[in-house]
Amino acid sequence: MSNLLNISPSPHTHGKDTTKKLMYGVVLALMPALFTSVFYFGTGAVIVTLTSVISCITFEYLIQRFILKKPISITDGSAIVTGLLLAFNLPSNIPVAIIIIGSLIAIGVAKMTFGGLGNNPFNPALVGRVFMLISFPVQMTSWPVPAGFGTGYLDAVTGATPLAIIKEGLKNGESLSGLMEKIPSAFQMFMGKMGGSMGEVAAFALLIGFVYMLYKKIITWHIPVSVIGSIALFTSILWLVNPELNADPLFHILAGGVLLGAIFMATDYVTSPMNPKSMIIYGCGIGILTVIIRVWGAYPEGVSFAILIMNAFVPLMNTYIKPKRFGEEVKNG
Amino acid sequence: MKTFPSGGIHPPENKLTAEMAIASLPAPESVTIPVSQHIGAPATIIVNKGDYVKTGQIIATSKGFVSSNIHSSVSGKVNKTDTVIDTTGYKQTAVFIDVEGDEWIETIDRSDEIVSEIKLSSDEIIEKCLESGIVGLGGATFPSHIKLKVPAGKKCDFLIINGVECEPFLTSDYRLMVEKGEEILIGVTILMKALGVDKAMFGIENNKPAAIKHLTELSKKFKGISIHALKVKYPQGAEKQLIKALINREVPAGHLPVDVGAVVHNAGTAFAVYEAVQKNKPLFERVVTITGKTMTRPGNFLVRTGTPVRKLIEAAGGLPADTGKIVNGGPMMGKAINNIDVPVVKGTSGIILFPANESERAEINPCIRCARCISVCALKLEPFLLMTLSEKNMFERAEQEGITNCMECGSCSYSCPAGRPILDYVRLGKATVNRLAQERKMQQTATN
Repeated sequence: MSNLLNISPSPHTHGKDTTKKLMYGVVLALMPALFTSVFYFGTGAVIVTLTSVISCITFEYLIQRFILKKPISITDGSAIVTGLLLAFNLPSNIPVAIIIIGSLIAIGVAKMTFGGLGNNPFNPALVGRVFMLISFPVQMTSWPVPAGFGTGYLDAVTGATPLAIIKEGLKNGESLSGLMEKIPSAFQMFMGKMGGSMGEVAAFALLIGFVYMLYKKIITWHIPVSVIGSIALFTSILWLVNPELNADPLFHILAGGVLLGAIFMATDYVTSPMNPKSMIIYGCGIGILTVIIRVWGAYPEGVSFAILIMNAFVPLMNTYIKPKRFGEEVKNG
Repeated sequence: MKTFPSGGIHPPENKLTAEMAIASLPAPESVTIPVSQHIGAPATIIVNKGDYVKTGQIIATSKGFVSSNIHSSVSGKVNKTDTVIDTTGYKQTAVFIDVEGDEWIETIDRSDEIVSEIKLSSDEIIEKCLESGIVGLGGATFPSHIKLKVPAGKKCDFLIINGVECEPFLTSDYRLMVEKGEEILIGVTILMKALGVDKAMFGIENNKPAAIKHLTELSKKFKGISIHALKVKYPQGAEKQLIKALINREVPAGHLPVDVGAVVHNAGTAFAVYEAVQKNKPLFERVVTITGKTMTRPGNFLVRTGTPVRKLIEAAGGLPADTGKIVNGGPMMGKAINNIDVPVVKGTSGIILFPANESERAEINPCIRCARCISVCALKLEPFLLMTLSEKNMFERAEQEGITNCMECGSCSYSCPAGRPILDYVRLGKATVNRLAQERKMQQTATN
């Protein structure tokens, strides 16, 4: 025979999914939220997103090319996902220089120092975000008010997020019912008409992305549902115990970064657990920590911290929580 | 509709030859019949160079408990006995026969008449299966007579017939079910009698509606046989998964189906049992699917054992120029062969030709811990972990993580978006763990 036959072992066929396809699937799922963001925050949203994505890709390239001297893998889409998620976690009027520093921390410190894609214990975008929050607290917490497509970049009108209004107000002894009147209605919050990070505001857009990812089997329901469910349950209990001090569960789910965190950040493959049982424990952990930080902590919002804290438990969960093997416990009937 | 609950995948079915009726492939000019076409000890050759043998004549006898008889598939002169590379890629002994005419041994009933009355007793049936060289035709080729003897102290409640054929491309069992339904059901009744059970469950995946309909209709004439349509999902044809799907019992790791009261036989085996018991015909030919997207005339052929794969490819329109890989068996669990002169054996269910552009492995990227391998594993193992442990030579830990439970169905490698060769490493780890366990055992016996 003239040409040699390939004799690699079975299986001789492979599924259609590749890392690249999954990553670009996530990018696509983030698009509705990006468009909504541009619609509400205008030029700022475009500048922040572009800066973040471009600098994440550039840092990954530079580090692989000059420090690690390894093959370049920027086309796999993971740096784009990190860049988008980092941008989504920032206010739309944040200066470019700060974004670049954040991207360097996200890609350089949180991802590449551990060996790149697949090896980082903490979600890179969140590490970048938390680093920026601690280093630039003023710029990171001056949230533009959604004012429509024509909004300028650095001169956007700013205001507090609903979570911050409640937290500050309660600290100053105001009544919750009075404070609830100062914040947008649940419907407005669902549509994204509130102050906040550029990608986290529009619940409906994030949910479209969620449905898309479920449909495409990019993620499973376990983590998002357990995060949201545990937040709903915990805040319902607090609300029923004392409705004058604690906001209702719907408010807690729609305000801040719960949906963005639960759907896109907590489900990051690399930093989340790998079997359904652990996924649910992990999701509930995130939900409970988020509520604790929001209600009793110093920050008005706690999703980022909650996810990062639970990231730290993932290796432990992967080691000690095992799926029950087939035929391990004989149940015949 | 029933299926096994956890894991599994849906590879493209590609049953290109489903509507191709079984055609008989004429005996070639010469055949090469290996003495080991089954799991267990190779058979002992009892013919000499220059002997004239008839079609169906025994040429090598079963040696030891787990072994099987081998019969000549043609009539002619024994040219030599020599080593040959078989479909597994290993060398083994084979009988080379030059074909002269086609003279069958007189005892075989060659009429088309369907014999439904079962005259033999349970023990006689088992003896007949041993004599006729019947082995599991689903691919594992375990000698059937052993599976028909229920060990003392154990009880068999159900006979399960595997008509799942979950591997993509293959259609040989499907064709048999459609064309030889009645013979198969008589075969099932024979197997029931041998085992002493009164219930047989026949599992067929729902992508074969014609077979389900046909057999359901026929089964009304037979006592105790029920036909069950199953939801399509690979690897449902795996013994343990089929048992779970049909009777919801889990066979523990390292145990046999009979430990949970079930014995599984393949639909093709049931047909071979019918022919052996009712027609006195030993197992020397079988239905083989020859297929591939670039083949001009893919089909299902009744092939004599020992026929070179080359003949089969010629019958299907010749070797396409861009062929990059030839697989013996299904695309999920079959083995690639490196030359087309290897002989068809009892376990050859299909030959698949892949064009060059579908023969290459995917590019290997880092694991992104997406957990797909865990969610598709039908045995609920953690394939990514087993791969890593095996890569890092951590075999003790791999053993604790259940590496030896793996049945090598390949769902993990199939699903991995990073194209990681998970199963390659799991196989390596499994082999090493088994070797270490054996060494441990030997050391223990030595010290005792």
